[in-house]
Amino acid sequence: MAEALLQAEGLVKHYPAGRSGLGRGRAVVRAVDGVSFEILPGETFGIVGESGCGKSTLGRLLLRFEPPTAGRVLYEGRDVCGFDARRLKAFRREAQIIYQDPYSSLNPRRRVGELIAEPLEIHGIGGPAERRERVAALLGEVGLRPEHARRFPHEFSGGQRQRIVIARALALQPRFIVADEPVSALDVSIQAQVINLLRELQERFRLTYAFISHDLGLVEYLADRVGVMYLGRLVEVAPCAAICADPLHPYTEALWSAAPMPDPAARRRRILLAGDVPSPIRPPPGCAFHPRCREAFDRCREEAPLLREVAPGRRVACHNR
Amino acid sequence: MPSWEPLAGLWRSRSAALGLGLIAFVLGVALFGPAVAPHDPFRTAPLERLAAPSAAHPFGTDSLGRDILSRVIHGARISILIGLISVSISLFPGTLLGLLAGYFGGRLDSVIMRAMDMLLAFPAILLAIFITAILGPSLPNTMIAVGVVYIPHYARIVRSSVLALKEQLFVQAIAHLGGGHGRILFRHVLPNALPPIIVYATLGMGTAVLQAAALGFLGLGAQPPQPEWGVMLSEGRQYLQIAPHVAAFPGGAIFILVLGFNLLGDGLRDVLDPTLRAL
Repeated sequence: MAEALLQAEGLVKHYPAGRSGLGRGRAVVRAVDGVSFEILPGETFGIVGESGCGKSTLGRLLLRFEPPTAGRVLYEGRDVCGFDARRLKAFRREAQIIYQDPYSSLNPRRRVGELIAEPLEIHGIGGPAERRERVAALLGEVGLRPEHARRFPHEFSGGQRQRIVIARALALQPRFIVADEPVSALDVSIQAQVINLLRELQERFRLTYAFISHDLGLVEYLADRVGVMYLGRLVEVAPCAAICADPLHPYTEALWSAAPMPDPAARRRRILLAGDVPSPIRPPPGCAFHPRCREAFDRCREEAPLLREVAPGRRVACHNR
Repeated sequence: MPSWEPLAGLWRSRSAALGLGLIAFVLGVALFGPAVAPHDPFRTAPLERLAAPSAAHPFGTDSLGRDILSRVIHGARISILIGLISVSISLFPGTLLGLLAGYFGGRLDSVIMRAMDMLLAFPAILLAIFITAILGPSLPNTMIAVGVVYIPHYARIVRSSVLALKEQLFVQAIAHLGGGHGRILFRHVLPNALPPIIVYATLGMGTAVLQAAALGFLGLGAQPPQPEWGVMLSEGRQYLQIAPHVAAFPGGAIFILVLGFNLLGDGLRDVLDPTLRAL
């Protein structure tokens, strides 16, 4: 296996959740609860799961937007929380994020050209003239025109704004990009364009993506490997093709059976899950999925299964597999 | 700038346009009036004291026979300056304190805002009297007093905007790119916190003129023989029954200027506040 670009080791993030019902101790939301995986250079690692499962928090931890409660994120083998100011600044150059909402991630009072040039200014790259040229080139890369630099964000559609966000993320020639639901705020017709743009850019600039999404179709299309999250934990990590053809974890199975099929004539067995996702403040003991799992047995209620390798490159957290 | 586009809406709002007109009028008088004023505002004429309005003295004369029209015209300059300078004295420190308190939070926030609360606890005019009593009554000290009194208002408004803005994704995005506090505060937070401040500062000019006039009236502001409107009002008070015009004209001038600032401020609020605009 190639050397990982980014590695998560037992990542945990708890948020205080106000007062607990009984008033003793502080309740915490276990947004991310012990997650380990690695992202290889040049690949797209898909992170899927329903809303509230901790996908976005995980993305924020990977980029050191906030410190983890426990565990480590290793970038090129070094703990990102141990970076000094200089090394952190370099990390901020190499690792970028594309946000979910292109409407709120751009300052409404600044011109597009200024917004895209801002990362260059922050990192002291080039003079004003060089930056202008670079902005024009970046706008071209993402399918916009150089004269768009003079406009304001509100003059653009959602898809175009997301292209602006992508151009800003590319400005520093990053190696690693977390795409946090980059198209879920966009029209379906626009989604494909932006997704294809991301794919093209990956090839051209040899980018590594962590692609966070709840849209399995997109993940199948884009990801090389996939991690499935449920209630703050990874339940399965596998190559995308393998997981699509043969999901191992009962949750993955149910998730994939719920994905709409492009062919309306195709019928398949739909696995319906009973109940709701439990609260991440008080997750069930043992395997977090056991109350909804049709295969649960006694052990699942007591002992949390660990993520273990069941086939080359395939890891699953289930006592039954 | 898109942020200035709504200003075109000011012309459509009748009251804001009226406010702008009134201010423009007083400003014009302040700039060019002294050149065309019919008399020297300081020249006394004991024989013509308390004369009613006439062709020679359209606003009449005061207790020393000075031409009231000329004095009101010269006073316009003082009042406009009072508005601008006192608002600046509260605007800049207030905005800075609010930015720092809101953005950094924690202890700094507590220290700054408790100090602001202490200033706010005094009635405005009482605090202004207190400050002028310490500094001594004069026009510049009046401006300082009126300015200091309103610092907490700006600090509070800015702080509350900043609290909301610092959670905005586009602000956090700059931190994610590695941008420092200065860049975030002054290039991303401040410009978006300005609209409510612009409105408040406009309304504040009216209040400042009024407060300064009140201090002048109480003898703690501008000192005679300066043609400050509050001082003139105070002088006229004694003759209210025999020569009401002595107090009426400077009073009317104050009224026009304050009304202008208030109408403009309200109009600005309507066009700059998107939540009100939707209504």
